Amino acid sequence: MRFSAAAREKVFVAALLTPGLLFVVTFAFYPILYSVYLSLHRIVLGIPSLGRPFTGIDNYLRLLEDRVALHSLINTLLFVFTTTGFEILCGLIIAILINRSFKGRGIARAAILVPWAIPTVVSSQMWRFIFNDKYGLLNYIFYGNDTHAYTAWLAHPATAFAAIVIADVWKTSSFAGLIILAGLQVIPDELYRAARIDGASPWQQFRRITLPLIKPAILIALLFRTVDAFRVFDLVFVMTQGGPADSTNVLQFYGYKKIFTEGLMGYGSTISVFVFIISLVVSLLYIRVVGTRLFREK
Amino acid sequence: MKKTIFFAGVFIIVSLSLLPFLWFVNTSLKTSIEITSIPPALIPSGTLASYRSAIEEYDLMHFVRNSIIIAGITTLFTILISVITGYAIGRLRFKYKGLFMGSLLAVSMFPQISIAGPVWRILQQLGWLNSYQGLIIPYITLTLPLGVWILASFFKDLPPELEAAARVDGCSHFQTLFRIIIPLSTPGVFTAAILVFIYAWNEFFFALLIMTQRDFQPLPVGIALFQGQYTMPWGEIAAASTVSTIPLVLMVFIFQKRIISGLTSGAVKG
Repeated sequence: MRFSAAAREKVFVAALLTPGLLFVVTFAFYPILYSVYLSLHRIVLGIPSLGRPFTGIDNYLRLLEDRVALHSLINTLLFVFTTTGFEILCGLIIAILINRSFKGRGIARAAILVPWAIPTVVSSQMWRFIFNDKYGLLNYIFYGNDTHAYTAWLAHPATAFAAIVIADVWKTSSFAGLIILAGLQVIPDELYRAARIDGASPWQQFRRITLPLIKPAILIALLFRTVDAFRVFDLVFVMTQGGPADSTNVLQFYGYKKIFTEGLMGYGSTISVFVFIISLVVSLLYIRVVGTRLFREK
Repeated sequence: MKKTIFFAGVFIIVSLSLLPFLWFVNTSLKTSIEITSIPPALIPSGTLASYRSAIEEYDLMHFVRNSIIIAGITTLFTILISVITGYAIGRLRFKYKGLFMGSLLAVSMFPQISIAGPVWRILQQLGWLNSYQGLIIPYITLTLPLGVWILASFFKDLPPELEAAARVDGCSHFQTLFRIIIPLSTPGVFTAAILVFIYAWNEFFFALLIMTQRDFQPLPVGIALFQGQYTMPWGEIAAASTVSTIPLVLMVFIFQKRIISGLTSGAVKG
């Protein structure tokens, strides 16, 4: 039996796509649906005698009244806004500095990439040590030898939250910087030359040429960073365990607590579904904005 | 004057990037008395006591071994699958390609918690909690979008005549892929492999859930859970952190161009 060329190509494409599809469907898409299923049941790990009674939307109603969940939603949103804001700002500065060619640029660029490469658990332990109340570097920088003034930064709600923001901005600004840098590098030099001839000041050049042309790159950096900030976990787990008084409790950490330390597979899955929907909405929103922008330019 | 400001700026961001971590490396080379002393010792005594204790009392080397096995095998499989998937997306025409790529990219945006419970249950039913494959399989899934994305953009940039020329020479589809395309794909494969390896080496969330027994835990879980009996073992934590980070720092300094091109591939061109 002989197949036509077109049929053979179809079989070929299917063969190429199958392995990847298998992984993604089994371990990413099916689990999402499974989460939805679990969220409609009452399941407590460790009490199998309970069975898994179907409870409809009970878990979702419970979520609406859960103050800690609301608190962690607010914390997550606050974390997303502050970190992405600072990261884009720092990234912009990094990109502008590194865009110029100078001696040692390669080494400077590699040095800036180091925080990005460090495992988050490691950078979290590192910052936890710097913020330490008894012998942390930060206390020494602020108060010197006056150990009575030393502050337990991670034990106060506002400073603990600031600490995880700082740790995140330190680690991921370089990533934002690289994306923005890639955007800067495609701006043709002639534009700046023409602007200079017309007598534009450096600030005007930045406002009128640089900023509009790197907007797509900024949006992409913003998208990646937002998605990532939504699932912050390692920092919170290592530095604060969500405390003090839930001031650094974030959605992903809260869901983890419910499912894996309290064993509430059903209710925890409700939080999972909720987190999934929020981040899906945010990404779709961004992709719409970024996508249309990119297609218009093409 | 302008130049001075510029170099001051570069100096500041480089220092801010490196100093906090160097402080931790510094801590790893101190005695326990130096670690807690005020004012802090700027120059460590250079003792390797923390490293010795991390190895002997906290079994650091078995965490290192687990990390190498898990990140290494993940990278191998992710790259194998990404090459063929990336080839199909980058160079072949088929229906619903946009949908396929879109859903693949969506996977990279999932918050891990949204699949954590079910993945844990599936692995439990398979008896794969606390096994290498139990962590490697989710890692392959989560790193596929990255690998496919990098390789698809790499394949797209190869000259368009390759397939036609191979066809003229009588190559079948499979022969074209294995004899022509794959040998040409080394730079793309290398870039993707570096990024996938770094991801798998650094991942913590799933490793924490799936590896509840010490025997199989990779470095990040070990480092996060280091606990002393009375005090925090900061010297040992800093030593283990340094050990787990040095390979990454070396990679960054040697392969920075590849890493940057991989991270930004497609980000600008769309």
